[in-house]
Amino acid sequence: MSATPQAAGADIGRPGAPGGAPGSARPRVSVPDWVRGIRPGVALAGLVVAFFVVAMIVPSLLTGHDPYAVNLEETLQSPSWSHIMGTDQSGRDLYARIIYGARESLLIGLGATALGMGIAILLGVLAGLGNKWVDGIISRGVEVMFAFPILLLALLFVAVFGPSVTTEIVAVGLGTAPGYARMVRGQVLAVRDSGYVEAARALGHPYGSIVRRHIFPNAMRPLVVVMTLGVGQSIVWASGIAFLGLGVPPPSPEWGALLNAGRNYITQAWWLEVMPGLAIVVFSLSLTTLGRHLQQRLEGGVNR
Amino acid sequence: MATYAEPTGTTAIGVKPRRAPWLKRIAWRILGAIFVLWAAATFVFFVQQLLPGNQATLIMNEQTGNQQSYTAAQLAPTEAKYGLDQPVMTRYWDYIKDLAHGDLGKSYTQHKSVTSIIGEQVGPTLVLTVTALALAWLLALATILFTSRRRKAVSALGSGWEIFSAGLPYYWLGVILLVVFAIELKVFPVQGGTSIEGLVLPALTLAIPLAGFIGQVTRDEFEKVLDQPFVTSARARGMGDLAVRFKHVLRHSVLPAITLSGWALGALISGAVIVETVFARPGIGQMIVGAAEHRDVPLVSGVVMLVAFIYVVANILVDIAYAIVDPRLRG
Amino acid sequence: MTTAPTPIAKGGLRPADPDHDLLRVENLRVGFGEQRDLTEVVHGVSFSLAPGECLAIVGESGSGKSVTARTLVGLTGGRSHVGAERLEFAGRDLLAFKDRDWRGLRGRDIGFILQDALVSLDQLRPVGKEIDEALRLHGWGSKAERRARVLELMELVGIPEPAVRARQRPYELSGGLRQRALIAAAIAMDPQLIIADEPTTALDMTVQAQVLEQLQQAKARGKALILISHDLAVVSQLADTVAVMFDGELLEYAPAAQLFARPEHPYTQRLIEAIPSADSRGARLSPVVRRASLGEARAYEASDEPVLKAERLFKHFRGPDGHDRTVVDDVSFELRQGETLGIVGESGSGKTTTARLALALLDPDGGGVTLAGEEWSGLPERVRRRRRADISVIYQDPLSSFDPRWTVEQIMLDALGEGYDDKVARRTRIAELLEMVGLEPAHLGRRPLQLSGGQRQRVAIARALGPQPRVIVCDEPVSALDVSIQAQVLDLLADLQQELNVSYLFISHDLGVIHHISDRVLVMSDGKVVEFGDADDVLLRPHHPYTRKLVASLPVLERPEPTGPRPFGRPPRTAGPPITEELAA
Repeated sequence: MSATPQAAGADIGRPGAPGGAPGSARPRVSVPDWVRGIRPGVALAGLVVAFFVVAMIVPSLLTGHDPYAVNLEETLQSPSWSHIMGTDQSGRDLYARIIYGARESLLIGLGATALGMGIAILLGVLAGLGNKWVDGIISRGVEVMFAFPILLLALLFVAVFGPSVTTEIVAVGLGTAPGYARMVRGQVLAVRDSGYVEAARALGHPYGSIVRRHIFPNAMRPLVVVMTLGVGQSIVWASGIAFLGLGVPPPSPEWGALLNAGRNYITQAWWLEVMPGLAIVVFSLSLTTLGRHLQQRLEGGVNR
Repeated sequence: MATYAEPTGTTAIGVKPRRAPWLKRIAWRILGAIFVLWAAATFVFFVQQLLPGNQATLIMNEQTGNQQSYTAAQLAPTEAKYGLDQPVMTRYWDYIKDLAHGDLGKSYTQHKSVTSIIGEQVGPTLVLTVTALALAWLLALATILFTSRRRKAVSALGSGWEIFSAGLPYYWLGVILLVVFAIELKVFPVQGGTSIEGLVLPALTLAIPLAGFIGQVTRDEFEKVLDQPFVTSARARGMGDLAVRFKHVLRHSVLPAITLSGWALGALISGAVIVETVFARPGIGQMIVGAAEHRDVPLVSGVVMLVAFIYVVANILVDIAYAIVDPRLRG
Repeated sequence: MTTAPTPIAKGGLRPADPDHDLLRVENLRVGFGEQRDLTEVVHGVSFSLAPGECLAIVGESGSGKSVTARTLVGLTGGRSHVGAERLEFAGRDLLAFKDRDWRGLRGRDIGFILQDALVSLDQLRPVGKEIDEALRLHGWGSKAERRARVLELMELVGIPEPAVRARQRPYELSGGLRQRALIAAAIAMDPQLIIADEPTTALDMTVQAQVLEQLQQAKARGKALILISHDLAVVSQLADTVAVMFDGELLEYAPAAQLFARPEHPYTQRLIEAIPSADSRGARLSPVVRRASLGEARAYEASDEPVLKAERLFKHFRGPDGHDRTVVDDVSFELRQGETLGIVGESGSGKTTTARLALALLDPDGGGVTLAGEEWSGLPERVRRRRRADISVIYQDPLSSFDPRWTVEQIMLDALGEGYDDKVARRTRIAELLEMVGLEPAHLGRRPLQLSGGQRQRVAIARALGPQPRVIVCDEPVSALDVSIQAQVLDLLADLQQELNVSYLFISHDLGVIHHISDRVLVMSDGKVVEFGDADDVLLRPHHPYTRKLVASLPVLERPEPTGPRPFGRPPRTAGPPITEELAA
């Protein structure tokens, strides 16, 4: 029997067949497997997220400008070497404002996601593990919450409680909760009805220990991914509320507030709208990329 | 062949056709919708009761533009006018009763009924959202049909675009389209009002992210279905690739996205609030932002209830669309 | 063609006949991937086929049999590369085919039938439309002509009331009818060659018999037939010639009668020996020798007292139409210590529900189960929990029965009964259990996904043995395994029973497996017990019409004459591939 794969005569040849690719022997640098598995896009996304986390903790590391320093000689300057993202109507450096705005924006995003996820886990687990009635009532309630789009819920809260950061966080948190809750419930149900839970029952393990050792960890695992995606989405929604002028009041450099402030100058100074928006888009896109990467890893097997 | 009756087992897909009568199912569906609306109204009503401070004071301050406090005698006429002197349960009952008659209450800032204000403004918003929904479906389907499971670069481009566009915030996309096409290139008007040319940019702004979202959901499904044995069967009958995609795969893979469309219509109205602000386009979006700023609670809750109503109706339509695409669910 | 597998044109096989042959394949190779990642999965396969002949390509999963078949209709997928010295159909060179040529060929000249019609027909379209599509795509007739032809075709494959059935969708038809509809669509254009890729996999036995009957008729009409299957017994019903594939190589290619009577390749011999059946009872199916003995493991005393007893069990479920369905309908049985009771039935017969009732994972609506002479199913779960060590379970799909996060060691720790308090005792016990099922300590750190299918099922067996049960409920434990792995697992179960005197409640849809392993057999249909008794009595001399029909639909392979005593120990590894994945792992 033939030992060589490319035996005589039968050349593997269809359009685009390998024309005898030269076996390029590349020098092997010893890199750990988990590093080699990371695609360049994912690495870039990781860097972006790290950048903004630094901006959140020590913004002064990333810019020499003062985000609040008014300079009436340099108002509405377009991007240049001295002001890479331009300046606003008071001559403040836009890049510095975005960097300093990261803290509030990220905290709002994290807070809203934590709130939404907290409610969702509570409801989802109760519905998934509870009896028919508990499940029925919670599921109906979640269905009703779906009828309120995030932004309209936010507007209702603003009308009732007045605009504030808390209103913003609560509105986005409540608005995202039903989607997460439905997912958590689905996860819990899938694990509860899985073969390994039945196998554990057959071995005589008490229900409480099955919930603790199987159902909870397996149902919560995918939520890590959802959290990652969720923070980006929360920031997008929260800044949308601020864009309408119903969030953090000026002169805060929170990203949504920057968007709101730039609205009046759209015809003269596009960068006031485009740049803060770019920060939001790049950050949330990076989180999405990381989240999807994480998801593939989780689905591709545990600790592979 | 022997004549042994086949086992009447049910598989996951459900071998036995359901025989529940049509009427009963529709009745249940409508009852469910009424329940959702009632629960939503209850939620909205009790959120209003959480208003900090005195409601009448707030109304009077908003109407006069002052910031002051009033004596009980000064507040009495306002309280009587908006029914604030009644006990909570009475007001709740009245609120639900009025809703059932289509009466959404009286605006605090404009001296008109909420229903008539919404009636004047809702048209352009509905035109915008429905156009956007249709556009989103078109964009999504075209991308899927022509890019999924093609050459590696094409597929990657398609799915990359979907991920990117699904994450685009409305305000940013709107601003960019506005700056590029209206301010710089002057292809479309900066303020288009309700004209057809004025509809293009706002509708695109709403449609592009939604198309990305529908596309993501559908692509996953589309690629799963492409691997199904029945697709191979169709190819083995001599069917060409595009025909297979159109006639067999598409129908199966749009099911999850159809389910999402009801939710999407609600989300689009959310987006319309922002888009109408960006493009200074008239509609309930622009109006509700002003109402929220001026703490006009009845007007804001009125719009919220309207959206809940649209959501419920849209979901009934979605159920019908689903049953048309997937006859397995027909009674 | 110097390096191709030369001993292919064996005695008894007629020489290739260029004038007469419909299909000629020489030195076919198929690879997937690009450039450096190119993996060849079919390494130089040759065969030919004349009209009216049936060629069966047989092999286990990963043998390349399906890819070979798909090459003939150009459906190997986008990233594949096909090469051959000759690939001819009806005198046309398939290697030169463009997309358009393939489309003209598929369905018109070559019909292709895939497995279960529930997944091979479009669920959203009426079956009549699917058959019509096959005609329309090749521009056959007018609309009215096609409609008449569709009905004619449906009648041809034996579908009653074709006019009504044509408007129904696959899920509205019974398994047998929709499978016939699938065949009707494949033969609509009256193709010269029909390729059937695992046409009976996942089908109930009685439906399988109907499909084979249809294929037989097509062959009788002078069609050439290629049958792809993992099941030698199925193949033996139809094939004139058999090709045995392993890992992309053609190992043996011979006339069917010769191959079954005197298999030459050791792999073919082992495949044939691995088939469980009435004749294989008490014999080993695999050449793997048992190494471990059980040391101090305790064996249960044999006794005539039933260890597990079910009395008049009933269970109802709410169906999708809102009406209750009786899934288990008055089922009673007894299982003695050290005995195997087989429960056999088709899908939906209630056998798995019966197993779950026996395990008390489900409470019966009527009747009761006793375990080791004491009440079992009627007790509250809190009380049952302490006695669960007496009865354990092995599932069809071991992968889903393990927590994906856990290593084999964690899984085994979880399964230890009481009395293993210190670390050393636990370690020793786990090592002992793994050895019993033929696994190494090296497997302890692996997760289920990192194990092969056979290894997973061994871990599942070790877990079931952990609490030293008196009874193990085996729910289709070998149905997802390849024939040779199935043989090893069945041997292992038999060995364990001999040494531990454990009882098995063995559920399977496969009559051969049931007959091989069971002492007594319970036949179920529609939730009812149809027949119950000694295995040979029930399966060799069935009384009930349903059992008779079931037994009649079982394809039986005529076993080769025993050529002297079976070699004991591991067979020579020179020529053949390793038959087990675990020996290699």
